[in-house]
Amino acid sequence: MEKSKATLKIKRFNPEKDNAPHWESYQIEVEPTDRILDGLNYVKWYQDGTLSFRRSCAHGICGSDAMRIDGRNRLACKILFKDLGEVITVEPIAGLPVIKDLIVDMEPFMEHYRAVLPYLINDDPPPPDERYQSPADRAKFDDTTKCILCACCTTSCPSFWAKEEYIGPAAIVQAHRFIFDSRDHGAAERLDILSDSDGVWRCRTIFNCTDACPRSIEVTRAISEVKREMLFRKM
Amino acid sequence: MKIHKHEVIIVGAGGAGLMAALYASKKADTAVVSKLYPTRSHTGTAQGGVGAALGNMEEDHWEWHAFDTVKGSDYLADQDAVEVMCRDAITTIYELEHMGLPFDRTPNGKISQRRFGGHTNNTTHKAVMRACHAADRTGHMILQTLYQQCIKNKVNFFNEFQVVDLIYNNGVCSGVVAYEVATGEFHIFHGKAVMFATGGWGKVWSITSNAHTLTGDANAICLRRGIPQQDMEFFQFHPTGIYRMGILITEGVRGEGGILLNGKGERFMVKYAPTVKDLASRDVVSRAIYLEVRQGNGVDGQKYVMLDVTPPTVNKYFQEDDARNPDGSLRHLTEHDVEAKLEDIADFCKTYLGINPAKQPIPIQPTAHYAMGGISTDIDGRVLLDEQKTVIPGLYAAGECACVSVHGANRLGTNSLLDLVVFGKRAGEHIAQYVQNVPFPELPDNATDSIKALLENLKNSSGKETVAKIREEMQDTMMDNVGVFREKVGIEKAIAKIHELQKRYQAISFQDKGTQFNTNLLEAWELGCLLDLAEITAEAALVRTESRGGHSREDYKERDDKNWLKHSIAWKNERGVTLKYKPVTITKYQPKERVY
Repeated sequence: MEKSKATLKIKRFNPEKDNAPHWESYQIEVEPTDRILDGLNYVKWYQDGTLSFRRSCAHGICGSDAMRIDGRNRLACKILFKDLGEVITVEPIAGLPVIKDLIVDMEPFMEHYRAVLPYLINDDPPPPDERYQSPADRAKFDDTTKCILCACCTTSCPSFWAKEEYIGPAAIVQAHRFIFDSRDHGAAERLDILSDSDGVWRCRTIFNCTDACPRSIEVTRAISEVKREMLFRKM
Repeated sequence: MKIHKHEVIIVGAGGAGLMAALYASKKADTAVVSKLYPTRSHTGTAQGGVGAALGNMEEDHWEWHAFDTVKGSDYLADQDAVEVMCRDAITTIYELEHMGLPFDRTPNGKISQRRFGGHTNNTTHKAVMRACHAADRTGHMILQTLYQQCIKNKVNFFNEFQVVDLIYNNGVCSGVVAYEVATGEFHIFHGKAVMFATGGWGKVWSITSNAHTLTGDANAICLRRGIPQQDMEFFQFHPTGIYRMGILITEGVRGEGGILLNGKGERFMVKYAPTVKDLASRDVVSRAIYLEVRQGNGVDGQKYVMLDVTPPTVNKYFQEDDARNPDGSLRHLTEHDVEAKLEDIADFCKTYLGINPAKQPIPIQPTAHYAMGGISTDIDGRVLLDEQKTVIPGLYAAGECACVSVHGANRLGTNSLLDLVVFGKRAGEHIAQYVQNVPFPELPDNATDSIKALLENLKNSSGKETVAKIREEMQDTMMDNVGVFREKVGIEKAIAKIHELQKRYQAISFQDKGTQFNTNLLEAWELGCLLDLAEITAEAALVRTESRGGHSREDYKERDDKNWLKHSIAWKNERGVTLKYKPVTITKYQPKERVY
């Protein structure tokens, strides 16, 4: 395949040297079907070894390499050079503290995730075989089981940027996955947590999250289903 | 330097590590130390399903599953371990369901199952529906479910801590040394027991389905501490990786009816496996693809063939084969089925190839996928020191980094997820019991000296070699010479090359000299692990003068049970690699010819 020129304009920050972030540009040769992650690896391996970012599976499943690419949150391994222009800007995802270059502190995000009790709650003694669930009941939460906790959605949300205590779309998606699971008994408890002032009502239906999700989860829809469930249950 | 004291130290947070953590933490103070956030682990990328003879769709028995596994292993698996795995599979899958795992469902609400390579009805010899699935993201759902349960049970996690050494003196294991990625600080994790669950080392090869982080860390650490590796010559090449990228396309595609076609549009698997055809074992299918390409039957003369799951093709062959559902009706596939049951595959094809698999075939080639070999263990995950099966007290391993051995010379699809959960659980239960009865071993003085010096040397080196160049040369030589097919001259060439690269590795340098998130340093250290594993793999492959499962010698084409029905055990020291052998455990399945 023919190679073409591309420029990666990357927001750099080294906590051991820099007072503030700055931009650096790297010229590379890429194939059109190369991933942005391939480009970042090329820079790291052959031009500037200090460039730092997280990566693992490189095909959109592990969720390590969420970053802001040309102003939109993407996984670097799930977007190709052919789908972007010749000069591509790469920044860390917004709203979480930057540690180094494209690496952010994920702990505040994980804290919000843990807050929604993201596990099946059912203290009934289990049957000797599986608990039964109809395909229709299983389908109710199928979409939200796809979440890989990459943080693309939460860090694209203006409501989260405005107030970091806002629990954020990813945590609501995780709550949705259990609230609508017919085997789960913890919905009331989770809805109570999400009814807090930093809970689900802080969502202003901006749809950035849905656009950002690399797993094509209809995040805004899931949030609205949780809102509706909250209203319905309270009546 | 910080010292953390926990009774149980688990290294790695994929399926095996988390399952063990759940069980160990019920009775003992447990810490999980992982170089990644747990949900980034490679278990999450497993797609098609986890095997268990639930019999939800049609008649099935765990004994059939055991026989299929033994046959798939080309009779190298230890049959006592296989029986444990296939029997425990059933209760373990139910247990995962009780934990909340969102399996797909049958119309009557039970766990849904699909066909997979090498899994058969032992009476009719036809493919049986045994793979329990959650769309084509079964591994993702297992990983998420286990992590969720760990949160519920308040397991201690140390995320982004790279374990770089085992503290192991005079046969006593007292913990591990970890490098904290965020700060560059060294930590000692002092424990009564250590368990390794760090996954595989597919990054030894250039075309691989494996993550960048799969570098065989625990295996290299063990080798450096004198603990051997078993059956290292057996590495699985999955037949269907996306051409040039190696990204996995699940065998579930063929389970749903997908067909392999060569450049002439021929369904070539009928020549190589007349009964189960496209659903033969992975080693068989990968070899068939290589042979087709070698005969000039690749697509456009290139090194790939097509995987076709478009309904017109699939339904044509369903009709030709008279393929029936359990209720007797003719099998039929729709575009909707492809989209619903193979959602992630459709997404990969769209993202990386710009095609819709319901309408266009997928260009594929075999991709380095899974290590059958690894740290030798017994059925409770206890690490074995030698061919006499001497147990190392307090040291455990499970999952891909370990070798029980249930996969022998070739693993069946769906058995890796099963291995993780069954033996992760067994190891976790055994550890919990073990630590009740022993005191904390004393930490030796200067436990971190040698590894600190090694990492400092790497960081301060001013040589001219680069990590990227050496890694690329290693991957290319292993792909060319120690891949799907092997022969003496090629393997010897690879060994010479690896030795050269190991020398050049002493002269690598890199730019990042900092302490925070120095991923330059970590990649350099990981490359050292990969080189060790490449060397052991090639040496073990050279000595085994037969073809068995994933180890296919062009100069010794037949399986040789008389001389080679045995496991290899490999040590590495300054003088090179030492190989010894131990017998295979056979219970009721006598070796016979393997035909699909």
